[in-house]
Amino acid sequence: MDLTRRSAVRFNREIAPGAYLLGFPRVFEFQPGQVIKLGTAPLGETRLYSIASGNRQKEVEILYSVKPGGYLTPALARLRPGDHIFYSDPFGSFHLQDGPAFWVATGTGIAPFVSRLRSGKVEGVRLVYGNRSQDRLFFHRDILPILQGRYFPCTSREQSPGMFHGRVTGFLRDFPGLDTHIPCFLCGSAEMVVDVRDLLIERGVPYGRIFAEIFF
Amino acid sequence: MEPLFGKTLKQLEDSVRALGMPAYTAAQIADWLYRKDITGIGQMTNLSLARREVLAGKYETGLSEPLRVETSTDGTKKYLFRSRQGQFVEAAYIPEGKRKTLCVSSQVGCKMGCLFCMTGKQGFQGQLSPGEILNQVRSLPERHELTNIVYMGMGEPFDNLDAVLQSLEILTAPYGFAMSPRRITVSTIGIIPAMKTFLENSQCHLAVSLHSPFEDERRRLMPIEHVYSLREVLQAIRDFPLGKQRRISFEYIVFRDLNHHQRHVNELARLLNGIRCRINLLRFHPIPGTPLASPGEDVMQQFQAALEKKGLVTTIRRSRGEDIKAACGLLSTMEAGRQ
Repeated sequence: MDLTRRSAVRFNREIAPGAYLLGFPRVFEFQPGQVIKLGTAPLGETRLYSIASGNRQKEVEILYSVKPGGYLTPALARLRPGDHIFYSDPFGSFHLQDGPAFWVATGTGIAPFVSRLRSGKVEGVRLVYGNRSQDRLFFHRDILPILQGRYFPCTSREQSPGMFHGRVTGFLRDFPGLDTHIPCFLCGSAEMVVDVRDLLIERGVPYGRIFAEIFF
Repeated sequence: MEPLFGKTLKQLEDSVRALGMPAYTAAQIADWLYRKDITGIGQMTNLSLARREVLAGKYETGLSEPLRVETSTDGTKKYLFRSRQGQFVEAAYIPEGKRKTLCVSSQVGCKMGCLFCMTGKQGFQGQLSPGEILNQVRSLPERHELTNIVYMGMGEPFDNLDAVLQSLEILTAPYGFAMSPRRITVSTIGIIPAMKTFLENSQCHLAVSLHSPFEDERRRLMPIEHVYSLREVLQAIRDFPLGKQRRISFEYIVFRDLNHHQRHVNELARLLNGIRCRINLLRFHPIPGTPLASPGEDVMQQFQAALEKKGLVTTIRRSRGEDIKAACGLLSTMEAGRQ
């Protein structure tokens, strides 16, 4: 988990206010759902980020939101093509296996799911994805054609056509398509993970079928 | 106003120098803050009145009394403090014979999302500063009786490493509370990089939340297993020269019909082989909305006996403060809901 690798940034695009997609050449193999430790200096502050790109893409993509006053993300946001970043080998076991599954994400927690969608065909997956507004549903346009009617976007602060108005918990509370026999994968803030997990358990999903990735 | 409480001696020296005072003033202030029972800068009487006035123009002590206390029939007391951001944090005072332990919080809420934890249900609300962590010790009415401090309250200490390390420095430094590091235990779910930094920079004991020796089972209880697996945590501990004085313990909450079978005993014996350690068994205290249940006392004793038979030093932690919601997070969650 040491920062053994160094690469030049290919792009660092602001895809929504305060949210960026950082790209650099892929020089390692990984499984969708894995994370890397990332920093702007070999011995500086680091954070863990889920990889958002597919495992056959030429570039690794990292999705992040700038936290004002944060240690790392303001520095990441200043990176320009050609600047160097330092990172670890991929690690972690939030593996999104093949087969039917129920995915729930909020905010930048969409990254591992997008990585899986970009890594090959997915069968029987349903995705509930929420954020405060449509412009913060990252990769919305990429997800929509792949999952079509199995994608349920939610926006909590604005009403958007074709989207549930409210939080993901509001959507899930009455969602008739919840299959309690398939694994559920959650990724997002601690609040979301805990609230959704409690709700799924309440709705009859055994906790042993719920897998959560957390931000910290 | 900036708080003085929670600053190291070096930071106090920087502060007083910036105010045009000699460096030795810092040692005087540290003595008042950490060794004596003052409540305000005006009581630092070996500083001249002029210096006290200059100091009070920029700083306050930063001490705050507990808002509430709940007392259990077994003597355990749960104190509720308000952070400087107005959030609620808990500290539990646990007297047991000559041993008087304070369980302190290091964060408001927690990001780790463990299935069995009430604090996790608050989500993460903020980091505590070194002063806010230490205030739970300093503002405790029983502070002069304390023999042990454990960082096992709200939050994951290694997700707030800098503040925790600073608080440990002040607790153990001669200019501070001058406690022996052997009286202090920091508990983690196993954030490996921070754990390594802690082992290298502190002499305090380490406790690791284990709860299941099986990766898939632990992952369902503790999402951190996805990122830092128990095997890697144990390897990091094995790789560090601990010396003879330093103690590693593994906290193991026992859940009914889940993690107390012979296969758990066998796997624990295999995993912990070669690590000089102790296992602390804790009976699960049910929390609202959890699918997990509490085991009977007989299960606890059978599990302990089976572990001991494998040569693992194992103790059962007596449940304390059950009548005052001593499980961390319950009291502050209720208080936050009331506000």
